[in-house]
Amino acid sequence: MRMFGKKRVAVVGAGLTLFRRNMKETGREMCYEAAKMALDSAGLTLSDIDAVTYGSAPDAFDGIHMKGENMTDASGAWRKPFSRVYTGGGTGVFAMDSGWWHIASGLFDTCLVVGEEKMSSCYPHPAYAFTTIFDPIMDRPHGTTLIWIFSLEMHRYMHRHGIKKEQIALVSVKNKRNALDHPCAQLGAKITVEDVLNSEIMCWPVQRLDISPTSDGAAALVLASEDVAKKLTDNPVWIDGAGWCIDSTYWTNRDLYYPDYVEYAARMAYKMAKIKNPPKEIDVAEPYDPFDYKELHHMEGLLLCKKGEAPKLTAEGVTQRDGDLPINPSGGLLGVGNPIGAAGVMKCCEIFWQLRGEAGKRQVPGDPRTGVAQAWGDLMQYGSVIVMRR
Amino acid sequence: MRDAAIVGVGCTGFKPITPEVSYKELMFEAATRAYEDAGVNPRKDIDAFVTCAEDYWEGYSIFDEFVPDQLGAALRHLFTVTADGLIGLGTGYMLICTGEFDTVVVEAHSKASELLTYPNIVAHAFDPVFNRPLGGHPYYFAGLEMARFMHDTRTTREQCAQVVVKNKKNALLNSCAAHAANVTVEDVINSEPMFDPLNRLDISPHADGCIVMVLASYRAAKKLTDNPIWIRGIGWNSDTSWPETRDWGRAIYTEKAAEMAYKLAGIHSPRREIAFAEVDDEFSYKELQHLEALKLCGKGEAGKLTEEGVTGRKSDLPVNVSGGLLGMGYALESSGLQRALEVVRQLRGEAGKRQIPNAKTGLAQIWRGVPTATGAVAILSTEMK
Amino acid sequence: MSAKIKEYPGTEVKSEEIKQGKVPTIRDRPKAKYLWSAGVAMSRFLNELKKGKIIASTCNKCGRIMVPPRVFCEQCFKSTDGWTYVKDTGTINTYSVSFIAGDASRIKEPIVVAVIDIDGASPGMGILHTMQEVDWKKVKFGMKVKAVWKPEKERTGAITDIKYFKPL
Repeated sequence: MRMFGKKRVAVVGAGLTLFRRNMKETGREMCYEAAKMALDSAGLTLSDIDAVTYGSAPDAFDGIHMKGENMTDASGAWRKPFSRVYTGGGTGVFAMDSGWWHIASGLFDTCLVVGEEKMSSCYPHPAYAFTTIFDPIMDRPHGTTLIWIFSLEMHRYMHRHGIKKEQIALVSVKNKRNALDHPCAQLGAKITVEDVLNSEIMCWPVQRLDISPTSDGAAALVLASEDVAKKLTDNPVWIDGAGWCIDSTYWTNRDLYYPDYVEYAARMAYKMAKIKNPPKEIDVAEPYDPFDYKELHHMEGLLLCKKGEAPKLTAEGVTQRDGDLPINPSGGLLGVGNPIGAAGVMKCCEIFWQLRGEAGKRQVPGDPRTGVAQAWGDLMQYGSVIVMRR
Repeated sequence: MRDAAIVGVGCTGFKPITPEVSYKELMFEAATRAYEDAGVNPRKDIDAFVTCAEDYWEGYSIFDEFVPDQLGAALRHLFTVTADGLIGLGTGYMLICTGEFDTVVVEAHSKASELLTYPNIVAHAFDPVFNRPLGGHPYYFAGLEMARFMHDTRTTREQCAQVVVKNKKNALLNSCAAHAANVTVEDVINSEPMFDPLNRLDISPHADGCIVMVLASYRAAKKLTDNPIWIRGIGWNSDTSWPETRDWGRAIYTEKAAEMAYKLAGIHSPRREIAFAEVDDEFSYKELQHLEALKLCGKGEAGKLTEEGVTGRKSDLPVNVSGGLLGMGYALESSGLQRALEVVRQLRGEAGKRQIPNAKTGLAQIWRGVPTATGAVAILSTEMK
Repeated sequence: MSAKIKEYPGTEVKSEEIKQGKVPTIRDRPKAKYLWSAGVAMSRFLNELKKGKIIASTCNKCGRIMVPPRVFCEQCFKSTDGWTYVKDTGTINTYSVSFIAGDASRIKEPIVVAVIDIDGASPGMGILHTMQEVDWKKVKFGMKVKAVWKPEKERTGAITDIKYFKPL
């Protein structure tokens, strides 16, 4: 049993909407659905919640400046302390970090963590919003797109370790297949490595089936301090470690083959959780996989294997649900969908359900006790990590 | 232990425009000053960094990407909250209270001068389905609220104008202020009608600037400084995001944020226990509305207090001795830290000609502006209890 | 309670339905205009580009020569100490070949984008740029490249004063 800070923090409920390319619901409505579902699952009502923390990525998607302020009521924050955190793609898992410190500080006994994203509002295509994430002097004038920079990173990773596309494609195959068992999934499918290699080249080496879709969706979790959690449930899942790290903005000055920032974030979380041997002590992991190579990249950053070794583990089946180290049993972003702010929270929901044995068809066998969720964001800069334990 | 103190501050000063430096260079200056003040090396001594920014103020999506280097946070534990700096301060406070972080940096800045279409961006914060289609300059919101507040509390137009006179004059003694001036009540009331009953001089003009603060836990604070400024209490709150169901006369978000802060601080009679206050006066009437919400006076009394000079800088309850937002300039998300900075300076005895004698406990308060109903309150003190 | 939940909230609508106006929608386009100060470091960088040169800043403590230049060294956290010109040649650190434009539509002639480590700067000091005068299938990691500049009177003080990089 780990004790840190003034209060130990538990997850006691979770909620999730469908993830789809276009949802009829507004951002507010999706927040509400996910938050309500999470409260119901915890057996709580809004009056039991002391604070709310919300995570969502670019305001440009929803088309609302200060969009957090628009979502306060819908996230359950009417006349409550509300805080929105924003670390690009890292936001989803980082919102859990935020929920953790709300309670670990001793200021609040319960906290709702809500992640939401409505990318479809950015019309005609959410890709447009990404043009403004780049430096206006060095990067924007080239017409830089998101896929450019990720393909640059992917190519560097492949080059440094001599990794081939076929090896990376296995991740997409695994995750999309895992997603067939996820009721909210947008893109669950049975595909083959050939399908991936034959799919449309977007920006070599990135092909269409290497990437996750744009999506609308929301997810929520209820966090409670130890005293409250023990009254609510016999089966709380503890947040034992929280970590985050950001690297330099000057991404063209960095060697992109390895995510140092994920390692630093992981070390921060593992130190809190007193994890000394990650591959042995972690039973299940949900690293961020907006592109298939990122799962491998992040497995290495999370210290789950040596640098360059992740493709081997994947090929050997170690990362399958019934393998030694199941990775993304949910189906990840590749299979479930990528509404950025909600995607990371979805991963945390998955770890929560996995550790409780409630993941249904997706359940990882062997009574997993320690799980890790991780998200990645900004210009290949940000790592946020959460360690949960039963 | 729930003890956290401010052990270092750095400010670039506030100016109407800052064309000679980029936002990165502005942040680097404020950070360098703060770290020098605290005696810390950001590469080694800081456990977490909290920055406060909104994409649309800056013109970048995921502005979080662009902040680490100039704060010394490259490959360190930094993140962004999309909120005013005072809520950032609350976040830093929570981090320290977990017991896992000994020193936390909080940063907020404004480069409002670089945003050419400011009213359009504020309008972009309105709900797209219910409010945006009405169009128009979004500050009509403040005009509506002012009218309701004046009606509910019988505050007069002249009393609101007196806030402007007081604050802009106070700012003349503040070298960090961007919009100090000597104006009269007539000047204010006769200035260009903007959003009735608001006239031009009732509205804070903008300013650029950056503030960085270094927070420390009890044990770190004792090592770093002989003069820690304790965060005795802090609170933040959001009233409904639906303007249609708000109580337009009251700043309920401030009432609730203050409740939270007073409870943490163990304050039961604010008027007696707080020596001075720095409150949000983005629009003149807001100072009065906020004073009442903070329970520093009764309902309907703030106007009279101002008229009688009670909130003057040499008087019983000095309010906005720094010049407030009206005098220093509305500085987007750094406005709250602007308030807190003055409180810190006063408590440290560093306020020069503005110095309030023997000040031991001060209050800083902020609102996030049109169209939000979100705000924060911080109680800072030279004493822990 | 994932295994016990029967229904997950959310109503999907198809892109086609939206295009055909079958879903009630509201349109808006923000007027978002900004005029950013380039600041001390980047102003110098842009002015030098106009002259056909690439300038870097130096830090005496760590000894790095940094492109793009900056007034602070982010590793040492101190002001940078000086300026120095670097070459307009470099090596490819990583590259990719884009077949889609910014709006997700397909383009016929692929664009080769690369991070080019600039000669004369510290190792790994790359900038993002495009490549032309090269067969995209023949681009290699570590390839030596050189900048192709716009003629002097067409330069405005922008990164695009370098039209592209080509193989040396």
